Amino acid sequence: MFRKAKEFIIEKLIQVCGLASIFFVVVIFLFLLKEGLAVFKIVTPLNFLFGKSWYPISDPAQLGILPLICGSLLVTLGAAIISIPIGVACAIYIAEIAPSKTKEVLKAGVELLAAIPSVVLGFIGMVTLVPWVKNIFHLPTGLTALSGSIMLAFMAMPTIVSIAEDALYSVPKSYKEGAFALGATHWQTIHRVMLPAASSGILAAVMLGIGRVIGETMAVMMITGNAAVIPHSLLQPVRTLTATIAAEMGEAVVGSEHYFALFAIGIVLFIISFAINVTADLFLHRENR
Amino acid sequence: MVNTTKFKINNLNIWFGAIHPLKEVNMQIFPNEILSIIGPSNSGKTTFLRMLNRLNELQDNFKMTGFVEYDKKDIRNIDVEFLRRKVGTVFALPLPLPLSIFENVAYGVRMYGGRNKKELELIVEEALKKAYIWEEVKDRLQESAFKLSGGQQQRLCIARTLAVEPDVILFDEPCSGLDPISTAKVEEAMLKLKQNYTIVLVTNNVKQAARVGDRTAFFLSGELIELDKTDKIFTAPADVRTDGYIRGKFG
Amino acid sequence: MRNTKRTQKIAFFFLFLATLLVVVPVGMIVVIIVQKGIPAINWQFLTDVPRQGMRSGGIFPAIIGTLYLVGGAIIFALPIGLLAAIYLSEYSKENFLSRIIKLAIVNLAGVPSVVYGLFGLALFVVFCKFGASILAGSLTLGIMILPIIITTSREALESVPYSFREVSLSLGASKWQTIRHIVLPNAIPGILTGTILGLGRAAGETAPILFTVAAFYLPRLPKSIFDQAMALPYHLYVISTQVPNVDEKIRYGTALVLLTLVLFMNLVAIIIRYKFRKKKKW
Repeated sequence: MFRKAKEFIIEKLIQVCGLASIFFVVVIFLFLLKEGLAVFKIVTPLNFLFGKSWYPISDPAQLGILPLICGSLLVTLGAAIISIPIGVACAIYIAEIAPSKTKEVLKAGVELLAAIPSVVLGFIGMVTLVPWVKNIFHLPTGLTALSGSIMLAFMAMPTIVSIAEDALYSVPKSYKEGAFALGATHWQTIHRVMLPAASSGILAAVMLGIGRVIGETMAVMMITGNAAVIPHSLLQPVRTLTATIAAEMGEAVVGSEHYFALFAIGIVLFIISFAINVTADLFLHRENR
Repeated sequence: MVNTTKFKINNLNIWFGAIHPLKEVNMQIFPNEILSIIGPSNSGKTTFLRMLNRLNELQDNFKMTGFVEYDKKDIRNIDVEFLRRKVGTVFALPLPLPLSIFENVAYGVRMYGGRNKKELELIVEEALKKAYIWEEVKDRLQESAFKLSGGQQQRLCIARTLAVEPDVILFDEPCSGLDPISTAKVEEAMLKLKQNYTIVLVTNNVKQAARVGDRTAFFLSGELIELDKTDKIFTAPADVRTDGYIRGKFG
Repeated sequence: MRNTKRTQKIAFFFLFLATLLVVVPVGMIVVIIVQKGIPAINWQFLTDVPRQGMRSGGIFPAIIGTLYLVGGAIIFALPIGLLAAIYLSEYSKENFLSRIIKLAIVNLAGVPSVVYGLFGLALFVVFCKFGASILAGSLTLGIMILPIIITTSREALESVPYSFREVSLSLGASKWQTIRHIVLPNAIPGILTGTILGLGRAAGETAPILFTVAAFYLPRLPKSIFDQAMALPYHLYVISTQVPNVDEKIRYGTALVLLTLVLFMNLVAIIIRYKFRKKKKW
C-alpha cells in the first residue's frame, strides 16, 4: 500500500512536470507584459512601433523603435539572402551527393558550428570580418549591417542545413527510384522531384533559420556598430532590437520609462519568435501527414 | 472434472477504435487443462488471449462490452498487477529483458518485493528447473539473457513467468520462431506444467494444437466457431469451416 | 544528353562550393582561436584573478562562475526536464494537450536568448528579489535549456522498445516500476547526451546572464548563490568591447578556454552517443 501511495505521488509529479513547458511559455510572456505594457502609458503603441527616434535617456524620452526594427530587418534580410541559397545547397550536398564518410565529417562540422558560443563568433567577427569589410569597401568603420548579415548568415547555417537535410532525407525512396527509372539524371531528380517533395520541410528550415537570426544578440551587438538610426544601406552601422536590450538594460533603472520600453521590445521579439515557430511547426507537421 | 471454472467469458466484444476484433464470445476455461486456440491470422485469437490479463487496455482506443470472470470475479475489479501476476504470458517472440539471466527471472518477484537474496535465489533456481533450462544456464546466471539461443530464450521467458507463481499461463504462438527441436522442448514443458497450471495456447500450428491441447477452440473473423475436446475437433468437427481450416483449405 | 550531364556537373560543383563556404570557416575559426589563444594559456592565466582592470592576471573567477551557473542550471532543469520527457513518452496520449505541449517546447526553444535575460531579470532578480545572483542566473539558464533536455530525453525514452514495457507489465510490475527499472536504465545514455548538450549551451550563453548574474569585474570568488559572479562568455564580451587596450593574447586566451569548455562537453556527448549506439543490446 505504501508503494502505491509513493507511485501515486510520482505519477502526479510527472504530470505536473509534463505541463512545465506550457507553464514557462505563459510565465515568460506574462512577465514581459507585466514589465513592458507600462510603456504604453507614455507612448501609444503606434508611436512606439513607428516612432523614428530612439533617445531613451533624453528628457523627455523619445521611445520610437522604428530605427531598431529597420536595423533588425535589414540585417535579417541580408542574412537571409546569403544563408538561404548556401544553406539549402549545403543541405542538398550533404543529403544527396556526399559519400557517406564525407557526409559524417560535414555533419560534424555543421554541428561544431552550432556549438560555438555566439560571443566567441562575435569576437572572431570583430577581429577578422570587420577589418575585411572596412578595407574592401573603404569605409570609416567595418562595424556595419553587412558584417552583421554575413555573421548571422553563418550562424543560421546549422539550423537551416540540419532541418532541410532531414526534410530531404524523409522524402520516400520510391520517388527517387521512380525518377531514376524514367531516365532522369541525379541532378534532375534532385531539383524536379526531391526539392518539391521536401519543400514544406525546407520552408520550415528557412523560417527557423530566420528566427535564429532575429533572436541572435551577442554577435550582432559586437559587430554592427550599434547606431540607432534608420539605415539607408548595408554599409552603415545599425542597431537591432536584441542588441538594444542587451546594451541598454544594464544602465536602465528598474521601473523607469527606459526599463519599460526595453521590456516592450522584448514583447515584440517574443511575438515574432512565437509566430515564426508556430508557422514553422505547422509546415513540419504538414510534411508528416 | 470438479465443477469449477478458471475463466468465464460472457458476451465479450472488443473494439480498437473502429476495428472490432472479437464478437460475442462465450466460453469457459477449466483448471489444469490445456486449451488450444486455433484460427487464421486476424481471427482474434491473440486479442482474446490478451484480454485474459488485461493487456489489451494498454492501447489508447480500447473498448469492451460483456465480461470476463477470473475465479468468479470480474477482472475489471481485480487489481491489475495482481491479475497479471496470476495470469502470466509467454509471448510469440522470445523477449528477454535487457538484464542478466538471473535478473530476468527475478524481475517480477523483485517488483512484488519482500524477498531476501537467499529466497530469491531459490525461486529463480526452481523456476528455471520447471522450465527445463536450469542445467543449461546454471553456470552463467550473470550473463546477458541475449546471449542465449532462441529456444533457450523462450524457455527463460517461461521460467520468468513461472517465478511469479501464476496459476494460468497464456502462450501466444510460443513456437513461431523456433526450430522443431526447440519446439518439442517447449511442448514437453507445457505438458508437464499442466499438472499445476491452467494453460491457454494460441497457435498457428494446427498440429501443435492436436498434440498438446485437451480442448481446442476455433476462431474465425473474431467469432468463436467451435469449442470441443481436441479429438472431437480433429476427427468430427461440427462446423464445416472448422473442418476446412483443419484440412488446410484456407488460413 | 551531353547537355544534361554538363548541367549536372555544374550544379554539383556549386553545391560543393556552398558546402565549403559553410564548413571551411568553421575550421578556420577553431584554428585561429587555438593558434592565437595557446600562447596565453598558462597556469597563472587559469588560476589567477584578473588584475589591472582585466588587462593582466587570469580568468579563474570567470571559470568558476561559469561552472557554478552551469551546475545550478542543470540541478534545476534535469529533474523537471526528465519528468516532462517521461510524461510525453509514457503517459500522454495523442491528443490536443500533447500537441500544445510539443508546441510550447518548440517555442521555448525559439525564444531569443536576450528575452530569457529580460524574463530572468523580471521574475528572479526583481520579483523574487534574488538580486543579480548565481541563483537568478542559474534558474534563467535552466529554463532556457529545458527544451533541449526534454527533447533529447524523450527521444531516448521512446527508443526503448515497446515490447520491454509490455513484458514488464505482463509480469505484474506497475507502470512506474516498469519505467523505473526497464525504461529509464536503457535510456540513460540518451538522457546523458541531452544533459551534456544542455550544459554546453548554458556554458556558452551570454545574453541570459547579462542582467541576471554577471559581474563586470569581481576579482574574487562568489561566496554564496546569492552573490554575483563573473562568467566566461560575459568576460570575453567585456574585454572585447568594453575595456580598451586589453592585450589580444588575453582575449584569444579567454575565447580559447570558453571554446574548449563548450566543445569538450559536446565531444563527450557525441562519444557517449556513439559508444552506446554501438553497444545497443537489442
